[in-house]
Amino acid sequence: MEKKIVIPGEFLSDNSSKAGDGTYVHEGKVYSKFFGLVSERDKIQVVSLSGKYLPSISDIVIGTVVEISYSNWFLDINSPYEGRLNISEFSRRIESGNMMEYLNIGDSVVVMVKEVTPSMKVELTMRNHKLRSITNGRIFEISPSKVPRVIGRSGSMISMLKKETNCDIVVGQNGFVWVTGKEKDIDHVIEGLHIIEKEAHTKGLTDRVSVFLKEDYEDKPVDSTNLEILNELLD
Amino acid sequence: MSEKPEKFIDENGLRLDGRKIDQIRDIKIEIGILNRADGSCYLEFGNNKIMAAVYGPREVHPRHQQKATKAIVRYKYNMASFSVEDRKRPGPDRRSIEVSKVSREAFEKEIFTELYPKSAIDIFIEILQADAGTRTAAINAASLALADAGIPMRGLISSCAVGKVDDTLILDLNKDEDNYGQADMPIAMSTDGKITLLQMDGHLTQEEFKKGLEMAQQGCREIYELQRKALIDHYNNTQKEIIQDAPVESVKDISTESATEEDPIEDPVISDDVPDNGNTVNDDEIKEDIPDEKEEVILDEDEDNPAIVSDETEDDTLE
Repeated sequence: MEKKIVIPGEFLSDNSSKAGDGTYVHEGKVYSKFFGLVSERDKIQVVSLSGKYLPSISDIVIGTVVEISYSNWFLDINSPYEGRLNISEFSRRIESGNMMEYLNIGDSVVVMVKEVTPSMKVELTMRNHKLRSITNGRIFEISPSKVPRVIGRSGSMISMLKKETNCDIVVGQNGFVWVTGKEKDIDHVIEGLHIIEKEAHTKGLTDRVSVFLKEDYEDKPVDSTNLEILNELLD
Repeated sequence: MSEKPEKFIDENGLRLDGRKIDQIRDIKIEIGILNRADGSCYLEFGNNKIMAAVYGPREVHPRHQQKATKAIVRYKYNMASFSVEDRKRPGPDRRSIEVSKVSREAFEKEIFTELYPKSAIDIFIEILQADAGTRTAAINAASLALADAGIPMRGLISSCAVGKVDDTLILDLNKDEDNYGQADMPIAMSTDGKITLLQMDGHLTQEEFKKGLEMAQQGCREIYELQRKALIDHYNNTQKEIIQDAPVESVKDISTESATEEDPIEDPVISDDVPDNGNTVNDDEIKEDIPDEKEEVILDEDEDNPAIVSDETEDDTLE
């Protein structure tokens, strides 16, 4: 089914109880908040075509340390708001004097949003077996509004990407994607992510990405000079 | 500077540029043309050429400007020195600070600022060519740039001016009509008809004011339809490009989801017969105190993605 495109302020429904995400109610009628696509199940939702990441509780995000203070790391999480990771939320118990040995400025980590206060103070945590600091692979940025596309319906897209490229991929809700694997495979994943991002709202996307991934890229000469340079540096 | 015309409206009821008295100038809109901005729009409104860019929501600098409960909106209207016939001295001046203030206020209530506390939404307007009514054209462009940036809004803002020449009310003044006319009244209107900006320069009687307001509102509704069409066309065009760019074999593979070619969507084109008479700007002069506002330099911001060399592979699943 073709999803309908709406603009901000567009009328959606007379039934205010159907107002979902991305909509607002004015005088009992539902209108769109965003320039985006409508989906209607129990509620009418509007998914914006673009926009910044807004942290919400229990999101898994990838952040980069930008500042260290006494007992806190401050992380850039690709959002208007910085995330704070307290020393007590690190994956194991460490002394505040050794913080830099575990996470220094510029290091990246997979973290979970523990709490977001109304004044948008973002508390992060690493106390979960999935969460850890990033020591290898590459981090790639996509538009946060395209994250659900990269994951796919119940993870179909992401598991296909993983299977076809033998890479491990972690998608942060904030639009950072962490890819580990062989360098050539990572290049392939990133090209695939480019396709997903660019064609996010088209029909048959999973099929097209699948075709792209199955192409025999191992023997194909690298066409982009950028990739050649990158590979040289990495070899 | 052109001379004052003897008559603004000819015996057929047409204006100097051939428009009817209640006809707006041609509008051409391109959305999303700046890569580094979160949202952008280039708009031509008659001989006006406007570039609008939106950044944000993003961190507020300087910090003391931030509001604990909502996002602040910053609007910077700037005329390029080459935008008018006699070179304009670059930089903010009394007029551009005023235009920035009233335009910002035209948007503030339409944006859901409360969703982004402690952040800033920056709107930058660059007037590349001016031909009267730049503030209205800028608001139309800014509205589309905001929508392109994914900023939540109650609706679009459309803006249009009404004026008086030869004791007749006319819609959307051009340069001569603005410079030598008797009145100029720009308004901005939200989707549901609320007026978010209203200024007046010159004299109108009460009856003329009422009629003029109605004319301008009608103009805004016409512009709203063009804005709406521009956004939807922008989306459809990006979809079309993808289908055309798709590699041949992949198109074959998805034969069930056949890619239908749509008709090329025509943009409203600026007609050549509108005379170019870009004179110096003498837009509304409203005598009121304008608070000093610190202007900020536009800085493109971009995230660096650290590339880390791989030495081992780990497995993980996060959805």
